[in-house]
Amino acid sequence: MIEFISLNPLLSALIALVALGLSFGAILGFGAIKFAVEGDPIVDQINAILPQTQCGQCGYPGCKPYAEAIAEGDAINKCPPGGEAGINELANLLDREPLALDDEHGQEDIKKVAFIREEECIGCTKCIQACPIDAILGAAKVMHTVISSECTGCDLCVEPCPVDCIDMVPVSVGTQAWKWQIPDRNPFYNANIIASDQRSIDSPKARH
Amino acid sequence: MRKIWDIHGGVHPTENKTQSLSEPILQAAIPPYLYVPLSQHIGAAAKPIVKVGDKVLKGQTIADTSAAVSVPVHAPSSGTVFAIENKTVPHPSGIDDLCIVIETDGLDQWRERKARQNFNLFTDDELLSIIRNAGIAGMGGAGFPAAIKLKSSDSKPINTLIMNGTECEPYITADHSLMLEKANDIATGLAILAKIIKPKTILFGIEDNKLDVVNGIEAALNRIDFSTHSGCTTDVRVVTFPTKYPSGGEKQLIEILTGKQVPSRGLPADIGIVCHNIGTAVAIKDAVCLDQPLISRITTVTGEAVKRPRNYHVLIGTPVSFLLEESQYQADQNNRLIMGGPMMGFALADISAPIIKTSNCILAPTEAELPTPPPAQACIRCGMCAEACPASLLPQQLYWFSQGKELEKLEQHNIADCIECGACSYVCPSNIPLVQYYRASKTDIKQREIDHRNAELAKRRFDARQDRLIRLEQEKIAAKQARQAARKKANPPNNKPPAANASAANADTAATTDNTEREATVKAAIERAKIKKATHSKTTDDPVARAQAKREAQLAQDQADPEAKLKRAVESAQQRMKKLQVKLVAAKDSGDPNVNILETGLEKAQSKLVSSQKALDDYKKASNSED
Repeated sequence: MIEFISLNPLLSALIALVALGLSFGAILGFGAIKFAVEGDPIVDQINAILPQTQCGQCGYPGCKPYAEAIAEGDAINKCPPGGEAGINELANLLDREPLALDDEHGQEDIKKVAFIREEECIGCTKCIQACPIDAILGAAKVMHTVISSECTGCDLCVEPCPVDCIDMVPVSVGTQAWKWQIPDRNPFYNANIIASDQRSIDSPKARH
Repeated sequence: MRKIWDIHGGVHPTENKTQSLSEPILQAAIPPYLYVPLSQHIGAAAKPIVKVGDKVLKGQTIADTSAAVSVPVHAPSSGTVFAIENKTVPHPSGIDDLCIVIETDGLDQWRERKARQNFNLFTDDELLSIIRNAGIAGMGGAGFPAAIKLKSSDSKPINTLIMNGTECEPYITADHSLMLEKANDIATGLAILAKIIKPKTILFGIEDNKLDVVNGIEAALNRIDFSTHSGCTTDVRVVTFPTKYPSGGEKQLIEILTGKQVPSRGLPADIGIVCHNIGTAVAIKDAVCLDQPLISRITTVTGEAVKRPRNYHVLIGTPVSFLLEESQYQADQNNRLIMGGPMMGFALADISAPIIKTSNCILAPTEAELPTPPPAQACIRCGMCAEACPASLLPQQLYWFSQGKELEKLEQHNIADCIECGACSYVCPSNIPLVQYYRASKTDIKQREIDHRNAELAKRRFDARQDRLIRLEQEKIAAKQARQAARKKANPPNNKPPAANASAANADTAATTDNTEREATVKAAIERAKIKKATHSKTTDDPVARAQAKREAQLAQDQADPEAKLKRAVESAQQRMKKLQVKLVAAKDSGDPNVNILETGLEKAQSKLVSSQKALDDYKKASNSED
């Protein structure tokens, strides 16, 4: 053995390297099969950020297909319901530049839910078939209604209605759901907010 | 002297507390209308249980709820329910909310009350339900229902009860005046708390700008033997500590008095401490001993735009404008009306908003006293905010992240621990309204959590729908395949094609019947073939015309020989029945779900055969009699 190595240094080195390469290759190959990740984890992560309205405004038939498209390099700014916050989250996740929302796909809007004017409904079930999340209740020839707590405001039921009895109603903001807004550079931003700075209480000199 | 600790940061704004302490607490008059909001605290709003026009007595429950984090609402005075509608409420948004409006009758007539002098006769659970049903929530300002805080949990035993008599925010003296005038009530309330919580230590924290109350409080506490109430040796101490804003914050006070820090995002109960406001103690005493629900509170009315700054004992629902009038408010001098203190309060959009359970102060400053803040400048990274922050956060970093709406980063920098005290805004040399940014970001984070939850729900529903659609499609295909399989079984493929097979079967049965009938069939078939040929020979390409011609030819033939027509009907009915029988047998063998359909089909075919046979017989009889 040693004799062979000393006699054929080049050949033995070659054999050793090839053997090493083959064995590591075998380990890697085995690992790739044994510990294979099912599905595409990045798609699931993207899908978790998307708002799941299934509205199709991005041009894909649902949020999952858009998530798959993003994973394959599509733009991250095609989702109006997700809005700026959604784009920022996607940008963070994918380490891409956060872009402004693409106007082509619609604008960020306040949250709305569908509302069926029930006396006008003829019970055609077209909206029920259009609703991607089964949030409309009803049967043929009986009046339908929207489960407003489940409605994502995707708009898809409005168009198929033959009697135009579906409205998109903005969700009312009560005192419980009200949100503070980031103050802008407008000097009058906090006309009705205090918690302010020292000059509103005493002069800076009086501070310790 | 008990050891006290210091907290990080904090500020020392001018206190401005003496103005409102020059006079004792005054019982405010009963206003003509009381506006009682249904949501006055954290948690779900109560639902009205009275109707417009109902007579209500003072202390009567007018709105109730079964929600966990919620308390009922009571009529603050006797009168008539005037309206239940959306009214201005004290809220930074200025949004209207549901209120019960009571037109008072001036009699101030109480509902029936059961005074309970000895609270030791009641179990802890009974006391807790008394406290909850008395609507006690939010005396400390944050608006958390007291009963929930008091509910013991075996996993988190409480060994220290802290009474918060700090009242660190400038201008406000509601708690101060309460400690001056109602020390005995506070002590009794504390005894009830001690009975429920059973703490080893009770610490009564008072800032050293209120040293005039210490003697009275100590005397009142010494009159009560807390150990008998709590059932264990309870050590009660009044602890004074240097004035600093915001030492009255729950977590800050705990650190000052015990040196322990409440874990990030945790509750004081996690380290065996519970903290209650002295206002809560008085409300609990009133609820338990006098059976009086929380329908009034002490509110400070102060600021240079009122001539008589003082504390009022005021009914919940009293409009702010009514209180201000009593204090000789000068609207022309006031630049903005603030509910709460100058650090954490908010400006009231409407002067007619009512006093609610959390309203500790109405501040009416002049422009000179509390000038409108100048425009914000750029952040110069001086770091003063980080020095002032009592929660040891990095306000500067949080400010950048808030501007960029980087919610993840904000969470990583523990924005959840911000108590919104305003110390950072107070010290900021660039006048940046930092707390505004944090408040907005905190609500954004909360909203995002809600959105994610809703998205998760929508996704589940969407997936369920997709699954259902796929399942339905598969079922359809499976049913189709089953039908095809059944047909194949009935007509084995290695035999002749189905049509030939049927005629073969027909031939078999025909062989058993008499020859005349067979001949007739054959004749009829030949005739049909002739008709077909005739129509084909017309060589018209129009299928409609062809069909019409065929029909005409058949009609002509039928008229010529009506018996043939009836015979044909019988034949086809027979054939159909035979086919169906074969199919049914095959279906039964293979367990096909369509057996029922086939059976009904067979029944129909049978009746058809009977009726057509009858028609034929009738015709034959008729023709015979004619002959």
